[in-house]
Amino acid sequence: MTERTMDRAGTRPAIVTLEGVTKRFPGIVANDRIDLAIHAGEVHVLLGENGAGKSTLIGMLSGLQQPDAGRILVDGAEMAIRSPSHALSLGIGTVFQHNMLVPSLTVAENLALGGRWWQRPAIAELTQRVAAIAAPLGIEINLGARVSELSLGEQQQVEIVRALLRDSRLLILDEATSMLTPQGIAELGALMRRLVERGLAVVFITHKLAEAAEFGDRVSVLKLGRKVGEIPPERLRSLDQAALVEEIVAMMFGRQAGSAAVMIPPRAANDDALLEVRDLAVARTADAPGLDAISFTVGHGEILGIAGIDGNGQKQLAEALAGQRATAGGSVLLAGEALDGLDVGGRRRRGLRYLTDDRLAEGTVGTFPVSINYVLKQIGEPPFWRSGVERTGEIDARAAELTRLYDVRTPSIATPVGRLSGGNIQKVLIARELATGVRAVIFNKPTYGLDLSNTLATRERIREIASQGMAVLLISTDLEELLSMCHRIAVISQGRLAGTVRNEDSAGERVGRLMIGLAA
Amino acid sequence: MSQDALPAVGLDASAGRSSRRDLARRLAITVVPILVSLVIAGCVLLAVGVDPFAYYGFVVQRGLLSGLGLQQTLTRMAPLLFIAAGLIVAFRAGIWNLGGDGQFLLGAVTAAASAPLLVQVLPAWLALPIAFVIAATVAMLWSLLPALLRAYQGVNEIITTLMMSFLGVSLANVLVKLVFLDPSTTVPQTRTLPVPDRLPRLFETTVTSGLVFGVVAIVGVHLMMTRTAFGLKLRTVGANARAAVHAGLDVPVLVSAVFALSAGLIGLGGAIDVVGTQGNVRADWNPAYGLAVIPVVFLARMNGYAAIGFVFLLSVLSIGGESAARRLGVPQTFTLVLVSIVLITLAIAEYLDHRFDRARRV
Repeated sequence: MTERTMDRAGTRPAIVTLEGVTKRFPGIVANDRIDLAIHAGEVHVLLGENGAGKSTLIGMLSGLQQPDAGRILVDGAEMAIRSPSHALSLGIGTVFQHNMLVPSLTVAENLALGGRWWQRPAIAELTQRVAAIAAPLGIEINLGARVSELSLGEQQQVEIVRALLRDSRLLILDEATSMLTPQGIAELGALMRRLVERGLAVVFITHKLAEAAEFGDRVSVLKLGRKVGEIPPERLRSLDQAALVEEIVAMMFGRQAGSAAVMIPPRAANDDALLEVRDLAVARTADAPGLDAISFTVGHGEILGIAGIDGNGQKQLAEALAGQRATAGGSVLLAGEALDGLDVGGRRRRGLRYLTDDRLAEGTVGTFPVSINYVLKQIGEPPFWRSGVERTGEIDARAAELTRLYDVRTPSIATPVGRLSGGNIQKVLIARELATGVRAVIFNKPTYGLDLSNTLATRERIREIASQGMAVLLISTDLEELLSMCHRIAVISQGRLAGTVRNEDSAGERVGRLMIGLAA
Repeated sequence: MSQDALPAVGLDASAGRSSRRDLARRLAITVVPILVSLVIAGCVLLAVGVDPFAYYGFVVQRGLLSGLGLQQTLTRMAPLLFIAAGLIVAFRAGIWNLGGDGQFLLGAVTAAASAPLLVQVLPAWLALPIAFVIAATVAMLWSLLPALLRAYQGVNEIITTLMMSFLGVSLANVLVKLVFLDPSTTVPQTRTLPVPDRLPRLFETTVTSGLVFGVVAIVGVHLMMTRTAFGLKLRTVGANARAAVHAGLDVPVLVSAVFALSAGLIGLGGAIDVVGTQGNVRADWNPAYGLAVIPVVFLARMNGYAAIGFVFLLSVLSIGGESAARRLGVPQTFTLVLVSIVLITLAIAEYLDHRFDRARRV
């Protein structure tokens, strides 16, 4: 009723309306009677934990899935969104959380995909249009680069531009800001504002409440498949940011909690260096920057943050430490013992663990069951294998135990891990790496793409590991995250450490200066 | 505690139910397309003026129902099972070894060349295994170049193995005509292994004991791929090579091992065929089993047990087809036409099932 009055009062008409939409999967109700109206001229923020049903909802809006019950109205008329191309023709463009670009094609070729097949891709026109779209976003798109050569962050930027190229009336951004620089996020916010001012609708999914409060006109909160609350524009405008965040958190968790609560774990009494890296160098490759003279130490119970804009050698550093990437010089010591000659398995057995940022494409084998993914780095080792023969009982028992201890939400341990939500895949990885025998851990963007609850849980795990006296190297592009838990923060820029600062009051500003190339 | 346990049990039980339904569906989308393809192939036969019922009757009669035909069918299975085993290892590890024909023939020719000489100086129980080892080694060596190119340079093995296969088939021919030629015959062929020195036959039949080796090989490969750490490593490499690197697996070494195993098994198939059944290799002999078995392995979804069944079917078709070809004038290659029609209808069934599945889920 209030909705109707509001429409008359001047809110623009809904482009897409969901009425009682329900979607079931084996074992779970992913969406339970969701009502949602997406209006032109609004940034509609969709918030919820992993597994709350956001991805399913987006899947239905973008034509990947069909609802089991309820109906979807487009421009007021009931419409089954049959396929992704049908969604596009209705003006619904989506930027997915896991990128959907063809890695072997260039950026220009990817952007030209979906054009009419009998026409040559008009690259010149494309270049102009991309420039017109990308320039105000503050992102540089190298149309000639192969997608496989781009970092995850850069790939996501290309996807946003691609959705904008298709003249979408409704743009769905699924965790689109998580790989952007702070400035890029601000510019995306400004662009979303410009888009909605021209009458478009934007559905914006983010786990960063500050962004929701800053960019959103309307906020809907999902929890366990249900919509538990909505803050309409006029109420949103009347609240200040802090009050708004509090209200949203109350809706999401029924409790008051700040997302970036600063809690730096106390240092262990033993202050010796546990993980020491001396003059580490990695040769530059065609698609990745090299590393040059990287030296640092991480003490017992210390969290050393590595800040920097994505693609400055963070991944190379993590892989070189884990033994996955050949080094061109330097050495890595764990508790005074050189690891240089050891492979991945040897370093892991010594207690050096690496949690990759690419959970699906690198961390797990999506088609393998959860149980096998827990032991993926221990293939052939007892007690899970005896004389090379698999002992299913041992593996399953271990998997059941880890699933319980780390609260992994999965229909069963035989479920292919690729079917779980991002947060639960991350829990599988955390369980695999941290359950036993840890001394030093490298976290690469551990909370990328996770919702608030999983982000907080992951951060709590990291603090817990540090407070047990382990060394933690925390690579993150989220400065707030680093400031909330690190003892010291080093800044990586073009494969070199630009400097290291203690995490004190002015740390944020000093790290920021280092990131843009000024002295701290 | 019981509260925690209950839902998990419930979910597991439902998973069991759905997998049984899954099995029934799998069976349906395998059997129905085969029947459909028989009808389509029948239409093709009608079009060329052959009574399809007579043809199918002949195939079943000669390949399956007559005692001698069934024995021939079972004998034919021996080399095919080895090839299927070799392909399962490769395909499950994500390696598309399409060089089976070259590897098979080189294995056959080296076995044909070495076995008659070895049995003259060694007892048969020692001579034949040595011939097998030599055959397997030569086939492995033939896969070395594609293996190293793939493992260390990332060169697509589909192209390299196919090219090596053409070279291998020609080389096998050259070896028969120039090097291992039996001087006592006028037809170019290798020395013939005397019948008593060949692999023993099973019981009172003409079925070669190579069949037993073939079954052991394919069951062994199936168990290796599904139950052992080595098999899991290979499957990890096949399913997600980046995850394999991340997990610390030595991917190039594993890839090379896959090539060696695959080519070795296929080469053994050639040796088994020669030492068990053929006795020698004639010039220009190329049964092209390798390419015929590839669709069979796909039909079996790379499952070793299912592959035994499909290999049996292929053998019935090819033995029966050979008889029918002689009697009804249908070219022998019609067997391949039939197999390819089966493959296409199965692919269509798979596609329809997928569509249906999606439609059911919405």
